[in-house]
Amino acid sequence: MTTTVQPAATAPRATRSAAPTSTGSRFTRVLGVVALAMLCLQLALALVISPPDVLQGDAVRLFYLHVPMAITGGYLGVGLLAIGSIGYLWKRTAFWDLLAASAAELALLFTGLTLVTGSLWGRPVWGTYWEWDPRLTLTAVLFLLLIGYRAMRSATLDPHLRARRSAVIGLLAAADVPLIRLSVDWWRGLHQTATINPLDTALDGLMLFTFFFSMVTFAVIFVWLLVHRFRLAWLDEQVAAHSLEDAIAERRAEAEAAGSPGPTGSAGATGSAGASAASGPGSAVATAPAAGTTHDGGAS
Amino acid sequence: MDSVITLRGAVSVLGRFPALAGVDLDVDRSEVLLVSGPNGAGKSTLLRLCAGLANLAQGEATILGFPLPRRRREVRRRVGYLGHANGLYPELTVAENVRFWSRSVGAPTGDVAAALDRVEVASRLHDLAVAHLSAGQRRRAALACLVVRRPEIWLLDEPHTGLDAAARDLLDALVREAVAGGATALVASHEHERSSSLATREVQLVGGVVTWSRKPNSDERPNEHPDERPNTHPVDTGQADGAPIAVGGGAPHVP
Amino acid sequence: MFRDALLVAGKDLRIEVRSKVVLNQIGPFSLVVLLLFAFALDPDRGFLQEATPGLFWIAVLLSALVVVQRSYALESVDAGRDALRLSGLDPAGVFLGKAGASFVVLMALEVGLIIGVRLMYGASLRGWPLLLVTTLTATVGLVAAGTIYGALAAGLRVRETLLPLLFLPVVAPVMIGGTRAFGAALDGSSAEGWRWCGLLGTFAVAYVALGMLLFESLLEDS
Repeated sequence: MTTTVQPAATAPRATRSAAPTSTGSRFTRVLGVVALAMLCLQLALALVISPPDVLQGDAVRLFYLHVPMAITGGYLGVGLLAIGSIGYLWKRTAFWDLLAASAAELALLFTGLTLVTGSLWGRPVWGTYWEWDPRLTLTAVLFLLLIGYRAMRSATLDPHLRARRSAVIGLLAAADVPLIRLSVDWWRGLHQTATINPLDTALDGLMLFTFFFSMVTFAVIFVWLLVHRFRLAWLDEQVAAHSLEDAIAERRAEAEAAGSPGPTGSAGATGSAGASAASGPGSAVATAPAAGTTHDGGAS
Repeated sequence: MDSVITLRGAVSVLGRFPALAGVDLDVDRSEVLLVSGPNGAGKSTLLRLCAGLANLAQGEATILGFPLPRRRREVRRRVGYLGHANGLYPELTVAENVRFWSRSVGAPTGDVAAALDRVEVASRLHDLAVAHLSAGQRRRAALACLVVRRPEIWLLDEPHTGLDAAARDLLDALVREAVAGGATALVASHEHERSSSLATREVQLVGGVVTWSRKPNSDERPNEHPDERPNTHPVDTGQADGAPIAVGGGAPHVP
Repeated sequence: MFRDALLVAGKDLRIEVRSKVVLNQIGPFSLVVLLLFAFALDPDRGFLQEATPGLFWIAVLLSALVVVQRSYALESVDAGRDALRLSGLDPAGVFLGKAGASFVVLMALEVGLIIGVRLMYGASLRGWPLLLVTTLTATVGLVAAGTIYGALAAGLRVRETLLPLLFLPVVAPVMIGGTRAFGAALDGSSAEGWRWCGLLGTFAVAYVALGMLLFESLLEDS
C-alpha cells in the first residue's frame, strides 16, 4: 500500500552500453575496401573496357550504373523497408525500426540517382531527358513514396509514435509498389512510345559480364552503406536512451529536492494539512519550495 | 482487498520528456484516491496511463488485471476518463453524445435518459447540440457519458474546475455512489480541501514519482463529517437490479 | 466489428448532416476545380471533352483529400481523438466506420462531379455500367487509403501538409486506372475498361484489408 521512491525496476536500455561506439568495425573496413576495389574495376569495365553498343553507342555505359542502382534501390531497399516495417509492428523493437529507416534512406538515395542517370541516358538515346517509360515512372512514384516516409520520420520527435507510424507507411508503400508497377505497365502498354528500353538491349560476352559485375558491385556498396547507416542510427538511439535515463534521473531528483514528509509520519501529514489550510486563495505566492505540499493549497 | 491498479516503476514519456519517472502505486477496489502535487508533477499523465492513453516506456502496469500496453482495449472499455476536454462532438446533441458512448460498450438505450437525469441535465437540453451549451452544462453532459458506461475505475482530472456548487456536490455524490457500487476512483486535483473530503487516501506526485501516500486522519478533515465514509454514504441506487441506472462499476456491460 | 463500424459511420454522417460542411464547402470546392480546368484548357477546341476522364479523376482525388481531412478534423474538436480511443471500439470497426462515412460523402460528391462534366464539358456518358463499377471500386480504394493516411497524419502539427504528400502518390494506380477505365467507357471500348476495373478492385481489397489490419496500431497512444 505504501509507496516510496525506488529506482526504476527495469532499465533495459541501459544494458546496451556494450554496443559499439563507432560505426566502423573490422568487417565494415574489409567490406569497404572490397566495395571500393569493385567500384574501380566496375567503372573501368563499364566506362573503358567494355565495347560500345551497336544501337546506343557509348550511352550504354551509363546503364551499367543506372540499372544496378534501380534494382538495388528498388528491390533491396524497398524489400528491407518492408521487412523492417513488418518486423517493427510485430516485435516492437528499435532494431526493426532503424533497419527500415536506414533501408528507406538508402533506397531514396539510389532511386534518386536512378532518376538522374535515367534522364542523362535518355537524352542521347530518346532525345529527351524524360520519357514516360513505365520503369522510370515507377521509379519516380517510388521516389515520392520514400520522400513521404522520410517526411513522416521528421514530423514528430516522439520515438514511439514515429516508429509506429513510419512502419505503417513503409508497409503500405511497399505493398503499393506492385500495384503501381502493374498500372504504369498497362498504361504505357497502350501507347508504344518507349522505343529503346535498357533491358531490351541484347548483351553478350564482356557486356553481359560487365552488367552482372555492376549488379554485384552495387549490392555490395548498398550493404556497406546500410551497415554504417544502421549503426549510426543505433548510436543515435543509444544517445536518446541515455538522455532519457538522464531525464528520468533528473525528474526523480526534482521529487527528492521537493522533500517528502514521509508516508505515514503524523508530523508530516499535519504539517502538509496546515500548509494547505494556511494558503488561502490568492495567498499562494511561492516562497522556497521546501515542501512540495505548499503548492497544493493554492488552487491554480 | 483486491488491487485494481498496480504500477511498478512505470515510466511514461511524452515526446522525450519522462512525465512519469518510475511510479509505484497500488490502488485497491473501492478506494477514492486523491492525486495531488504541483503543476507538471505528472498527475494527468498518471490518469491517462491508467486509462490506457499514455504510453508505458518502462516498468509494468496492470489495470483491472489487464497488463498494459497489450490489453489496452479491455482497459479502455472498463474505465471512465474525464480530462480537461470533455470529449463531446459539438455538432451532436447531448443525448446523441451520451448514446454514442453508451452504445460503444453495448449499454441498453434506456440508460441514456437515466444517465442524463442522474447528472441533472434538464430534458429540454437533451436534444440541443452540445455547441449551444454553456461550459458547465457541457461538463455535466460529459459526466453523463461517463455514468452511462458504468466504469469500474473513474479517472477524473481536475473534475471540479468550471463547475458551480451544485454540480460539485453532484460530482462528489456520483463518485461516492460509484464507489459504494464497487468502483474505484482516482481524482487529480489542486482543490485540496474539496477533494480530500471525498478521498479515502491521498498520494502526492512530485517530479513524476509518488513522494508519499497517506490516509487522511479525522483531525485533518476540514469538514464537519469526520467519520463519513463513502461506503456508508446513503445511495439511492445501491443495487443495480431494480434501479434505472447504477453508477457503480459492479455490473459492467463488458463481458 | 460491424456494429462498431455502423456506430462510427452513423456518428460521422450525422455530424456531416448537421454541420453541412460537405454541402456548403467541399461540394462547391470540387465544382471550382472543374471551373479551373476550363480556364486552363481552351473550352472551344474540344480539349475539355477529350480530357474529361483525367480531369474528373483529378477533381475526385482533390475532393477525396478534403473529405479525409474533414473526417479527422471532426475528431480533433474537443479532444475527440481521445474519445475514439477511450470508447474502446474495435479498431477494425473504427476504420470501416470512418471509411464508410467517407465513402458515402465521396460518392455524393462524385455524382455532382459527373453531372458537372456532363453539363459543363459536354461529356457523353456512354458505357454507364462500366462508369458505375469503376466509380464504386475506385472510391472504395480511395477512402480506404485516405482513412489510413488520415489517421497517420492525425495529431501531428504538420498534418495538413503531410497528408497530401503521403496520400496522392499512393493512389497513383487509382488515378491511372480510373482515368483509363473512364476513357474506355466513353470510347465504347469496354473490354479494355474492365481490365482496369480489376486493378481498381485489387487496390480496394488490398487497402481495406491493410486498414483493418493496421488500424489498431494507429489507435494506440498519441
